Amino acid sequence: MSNKDKPKDAVQPPADSKRDLGRRDFVKIVGGTGVAITTAGVLAGAPAAEAQDNPPRGKIVGPGTVPITLKINGQSRKLNVEPRVTLIDALRNHLDMTGAKKVCDRANCGACTVQLNGKAVYSCTILAIDAAGMGADIRTIEGLAPEGQLHPISAAFVANDAQQCGFCTSGFVMASKSYLDANPHPTIEEVQQWLGGGNICRCGTYRGLRRAVVVAGGGSVPAEGAD
Amino acid sequence: MADYKWPPAEKRSLIGKRIPRIDGPAKSSGRAKYTYDMNRPGMLHAKLAYSPHAHAKVTGIDTSVAEKMPGVKAVQIIFPVGTEVRWAGQEIVAVAAETEEQARDAARAVRIQYDVLPHMVSDVPPDRAGANIVKSGEVKEGDPDKAFQEAEIIHEGYYGNTQVVHCCLEPHGQVTEWQGDKLTVWATTQNVSGIGGEFAKSLTAKGVPVDVANVNIICQMMGGGFGAKFAADPWGVACAQLAKTTGRPVKLMLERDQELMEAGSRPTLYARVKIAGKKDGTVTAWQSDAWGTSGPQAQSPLNLPYLFRVPNRLANYTAVLTNTGPTRAWRAPNAPQQCYVTMCPFDDLAAKISMDPVEMYRKNFPILGPRVKEYAEQLTIASELMDWKSKWHPRGDTRPGPIKRGVGVALHTWGGGGRSSTCQVRINPDGSVEVSLGSQDLGTGNRTVIGIVAAETLGLPLDMVHVNIGDSRYPPSGSSGGSTTVGSVSSSTRVTATDALNQLLAKVAPVLGVTPDKLEATDSRIQAIDDSSKGLDWKQACAKLGGTSIIATNQMSRDIISAGVGGVQMAEVSVDVETGVIRVDKMVAVQDCGLVIDMTTSESQVYGALIFGINYSLYEEKIMDQQTGRHLNPNMEFYKLAGMNDIGELVVHMMTGPGYDERGPIGLGEPPTVSPGPTLSNAVANAIGVRVPELPMTPDRVLAALGKA
Repeated sequence: MSNKDKPKDAVQPPADSKRDLGRRDFVKIVGGTGVAITTAGVLAGAPAAEAQDNPPRGKIVGPGTVPITLKINGQSRKLNVEPRVTLIDALRNHLDMTGAKKVCDRANCGACTVQLNGKAVYSCTILAIDAAGMGADIRTIEGLAPEGQLHPISAAFVANDAQQCGFCTSGFVMASKSYLDANPHPTIEEVQQWLGGGNICRCGTYRGLRRAVVVAGGGSVPAEGAD
Repeated sequence: MADYKWPPAEKRSLIGKRIPRIDGPAKSSGRAKYTYDMNRPGMLHAKLAYSPHAHAKVTGIDTSVAEKMPGVKAVQIIFPVGTEVRWAGQEIVAVAAETEEQARDAARAVRIQYDVLPHMVSDVPPDRAGANIVKSGEVKEGDPDKAFQEAEIIHEGYYGNTQVVHCCLEPHGQVTEWQGDKLTVWATTQNVSGIGGEFAKSLTAKGVPVDVANVNIICQMMGGGFGAKFAADPWGVACAQLAKTTGRPVKLMLERDQELMEAGSRPTLYARVKIAGKKDGTVTAWQSDAWGTSGPQAQSPLNLPYLFRVPNRLANYTAVLTNTGPTRAWRAPNAPQQCYVTMCPFDDLAAKISMDPVEMYRKNFPILGPRVKEYAEQLTIASELMDWKSKWHPRGDTRPGPIKRGVGVALHTWGGGGRSSTCQVRINPDGSVEVSLGSQDLGTGNRTVIGIVAAETLGLPLDMVHVNIGDSRYPPSGSSGGSTTVGSVSSSTRVTATDALNQLLAKVAPVLGVTPDKLEATDSRIQAIDDSSKGLDWKQACAKLGGTSIIATNQMSRDIISAGVGGVQMAEVSVDVETGVIRVDKMVAVQDCGLVIDMTTSESQVYGALIFGINYSLYEEKIMDQQTGRHLNPNMEFYKLAGMNDIGELVVHMMTGPGYDERGPIGLGEPPTVSPGPTLSNAVANAIGVRVPELPMTPDRVLAALGKA
């Protein structure tokens, strides 16, 4: 089922030296949106700003594939990607880590949420080379709990039926993880405010979701049928 | 012939209880594998080139540049030269390449020439639509002219439902893979048992002959369907062609803009309504001139009014043909629109005589149709949960300040019922149990429902039953549409698990020295009904099978399910009359679906339906550009959906017990989605004193209704 042992990074188009771009040039060419993209990708906190303050120097990369190393769930993962490949596509297409979902691909829905240096970010709007360049500590839902075990947040999602189709669920779990890391014991009103716009569920599981996050934070919610 | 029936309430250990969905851990840990997540060895990625024109003829396709681009392995023309394109976004060519980025580059490099034709993307009233209309006839009952003449109160109004799309978070698409003449399709589909035939037929017609027996459809997890995912679709067939050409697996998932442009939308419905009655609130006459669009398709006539059988009525419908993109079934096809253009005029007529609409609905019970007693009960419960009597006021909140509050109510009905479904239950000598059906779980909880019914029937805990669905190699089960899935699969599972159990009882009976009919399965034991000491635990009993598993296969029985449900919904809203912004304070849903199998997932369906309703009532709208004919908001930034902070307090009450349980399971996915529109619209009218005639009630529409825009 998995192609993780056979990465398709073996395929490299021939490099065209005339078209090679430096990373800073790349950012310029996309009209400054390189910054906007990463900024938009940040839900809270701003690793992008750090990247902007300390632009990487020297090496010319792209447009063909470049070798990068991503630090994911505590492990170094080497892969070859074109500079334009987003973090979500690197995870899903190159590393077969499909927990984070690609839905809007424009930093609107949050289904692709992962943690970058502890902050929840939209992985659809961060370039994989940027994540590698900043040496970011990337945490995905695959790293939350060992195989066969459930992280307490995931368990609270199950107990409160905070998912229907489940396609937004990974993103909500990771957004909740970042939120609970910073605010361990939220009330239902606080959860509602904080998770109010960054993640979208189409099936309409918000009631279960807000209960799940409160429960995961050790709080209590009214018994089912009582509220 | 076994006597199939549901266990009585006191005998149910699982049915009707609150049980978390069994695939919840897979989903909440990110381990669940959806179609979009399938990465096959050597897999190529495919992308589509599509028409930017809403109406055009394809005059030329040049793929030569695309074919030479890095990584490109194959190009497949889907709609050839000569095709008449009928909406912007219609796919023309698919390109497969080594990486997603390369496929996207190559799809952009496909050159397609068009003869651009005139388009219409606005579903204007028929008198302004020129030749683009299809009149669907007129229905006349009683004597409407006379009834209107004799009426004591008359109201006339305009009501409209604009276009919305499904916006499934997992877009349409599939991974296709050939092994010799066998095709495997990992598809995100509501129709696991059905689309294999469509793939076989379409591929064979396109020169890739394949028997349906050699097509395997797999859908273990799917990211929503809502009515949009019943077909193989042209891009699915093209994906299989690309896989054949290249000899490699191919993944083709629609990108978000394509998903919103062309993977289905809900037909619009607009109506000019005249409604009349007596001063006591009895409705006596109805007239509706309705129109709407199904895009380039003509829609069948709509039966108005919805739910109520007004004795004197004149109703006509005209389809307006537009280039807005194809419609597909959308959660309770046509019912939300019909409910809206019925329940709002009813509410407006009640407002005319300052009558509480709850009283008005009660007044009209004689023309309500079936299940009046249930509606009466549901209205009472909903009123209590909403504290309706203290919150309702005559139309227009007269309290000072810009925030106006109001409440609204509406009723709905839906059919549900069951479709054909075959189930296989296997009881193995080691005690393990497998239940297999070619059904699918869209996120409704279907997998859990099947497990509960099998476990209940066999007297086992839920985790002793392995549920196998989402694969066309299992016995065929109907598509998931019309809220028929739970009716179908709970029936086939109950029947077949009963058959399998009867075979086991026959094996065990001689050992226990009783006849099989005197045995029962309960608490993981097979034991005598009148003497529980005479029994074997489940594993001991199954060990008596020796080396042979019991394999029972049977079909659903319509005798243990039924169709037809009702529900009452109420809403409380706050409207800022200076900004036009509406906030939902509270919604109450009282819902009937016959016998509830799993209370947790049932309630989740209703909560979700209320939020679905908040979305289409306040936020979501497919906006078309009249000049270019293109969809302006095919993204999730401007195609608005509610966030967690937009939903207010939601209260769901499921009707259970006598009067409901004995009807058997009916189906629930759609009915509670039907009435949030009029419920919220009526609440807004109650708050601000005027009707906001169209959904969604965006701030500009609210201000326009108030005469402020």
